[in-house]
Amino acid sequence: MIKLDNVAYNYGGAELFSGLNLQLFSGSFHFLTGPSGAGKTTLLKLCYGELVATSGLARLFGQDARTLDRDAVAQARRRIGVVHQDCQFLDHLTVIENIALPLTVSGRTASSSDLVDLLGWVGLSRQATQFPPQLSGGERQRAALARAVIMSPEVILADEPTGNVDWEMSQRLLSLLVELNNMGKTVLIATHDISLIRVAKAQVSARVLRLKDRRLQLAGADL
Amino acid sequence: MNILYRLLELLAGDPQADRAVPPTGFTARLTVLSAAAMAFLAVFALALSLAAGRLADRWSEELAKTSTLRISAPQDQMNAQTSVALTVLQSTPGVAETRPLSADEQRALLAPWFGPDLPVENLPIPQLIEIMAEKEGYDATGLRARLQAEVPGAVLDDHTRWRDPLVEAALRLRFLGIVSMVLIAATTAAMITLAAHAALAANAQVIRVMRLVGARDIYIARAFVRRYTLRALLGAATGTLLGTLAILMLPRVDAAGGFLTGLGFQGWHWLWPLVIPFLVSFVAFVATRQAALHTLKEQS
Repeated sequence: MIKLDNVAYNYGGAELFSGLNLQLFSGSFHFLTGPSGAGKTTLLKLCYGELVATSGLARLFGQDARTLDRDAVAQARRRIGVVHQDCQFLDHLTVIENIALPLTVSGRTASSSDLVDLLGWVGLSRQATQFPPQLSGGERQRAALARAVIMSPEVILADEPTGNVDWEMSQRLLSLLVELNNMGKTVLIATHDISLIRVAKAQVSARVLRLKDRRLQLAGADL
Repeated sequence: MNILYRLLELLAGDPQADRAVPPTGFTARLTVLSAAAMAFLAVFALALSLAAGRLADRWSEELAKTSTLRISAPQDQMNAQTSVALTVLQSTPGVAETRPLSADEQRALLAPWFGPDLPVENLPIPQLIEIMAEKEGYDATGLRARLQAEVPGAVLDDHTRWRDPLVEAALRLRFLGIVSMVLIAATTAAMITLAAHAALAANAQVIRVMRLVGARDIYIARAFVRRYTLRALLGAATGTLLGTLAILMLPRVDAAGGFLTGLGFQGWHWLWPLVIPFLVSFVAFVATRQAALHTLKEQS
């Protein structure tokens, strides 16, 4: 689905990482960990076409990311759900309008029953008509997750989804992502929360990748 | 046709896309105000251009058909020379009608300089004969030669000397009116482009989020373009209405006289101002679309 082959990325003239290989198979569950500034967010951006690799080959759904025009990137993003740490909502739209935004921009209409079901799944039924600034950190993350999955994407990329929430909410978000993986979705979570990874490994067969010293490595038995 | 189809499709609208982009206060007001001001000016430029065109047509058509023969002769020979001149004129091919001006008509011509009570019968002033030409005109050089031989005191004035500069001046005035309209359209485009750029910059976060969830550039651009096109239409319609009312309130020609009071529209030309709001909307559509797609390309 998403494949990075010998990829390097330079930022501000300095090499952030190089020789990086990653393949996300359908239905797989990956964690991406590493110290702050190692390039986890950049790696995710390469996976959803926000950035283009300095060298090497990045393939999104079989297509070379360098050859994709902006419309093709937009089409690819409809197959990838992204959850950011800061959520990135449109504050003038209600929660339900924000969640339905991927459908809106693709010219589709969400059935109200589907939206109600989705809101119930993330536990935001009562917040549907509120505006994003009125939500707590955990509620915002769950709304972002609902928005990421409304198009029924094949891949879900989450960048520090538990960064701003307490442990209980982290576990709740994790269980939602595990549930999505059980439904056949490919999941990649970038996090530095080792405890969360340990809890997840008890629930799902996950590969843990560590971005360190400009290289991507498979994490060892310490996790 | 393609751009017209897009314009109509755009005006039909997508309420969901409109909701996604929040309205921005000062750029909205700036667009409406500048479109109104430019439309108001465009009405005057259009009126000037049409009035100048009418004037040029009238001068070139009406004066081209008429000329004047001036006979200077001693009083005792005046009637005889006038009679000979009339005979010559009536036998000239291309001359449709001739008419000696009466003493009253000559007095009226001199009245602006000498007052209404001038005793023209007692003064050695020339006799004027008005000549009406047929459509194809007459041979002025040949006529002059014949007159020189038979009526030595006759001078033929076919108005060319002063008609041509007047027509040229009127045509230049019309051209300046057209140039003014082009400049107004260009200024409108520039103002709306600046406002659209400001709105796009203010909504950078909105654009980022819409892209994140898979919005294509054309979808994002359409939300901005529709808003600016409708604002320009509203502003231009208001400006056109006010401009047309101002033209209507100008003094009537028969009441005040003179060229400037003829500034305005006549007959079906009153329909021309209706074009202005749609023209401004079209300019806004093209300017905003270009600005939006350019900015989105730069932001990617």
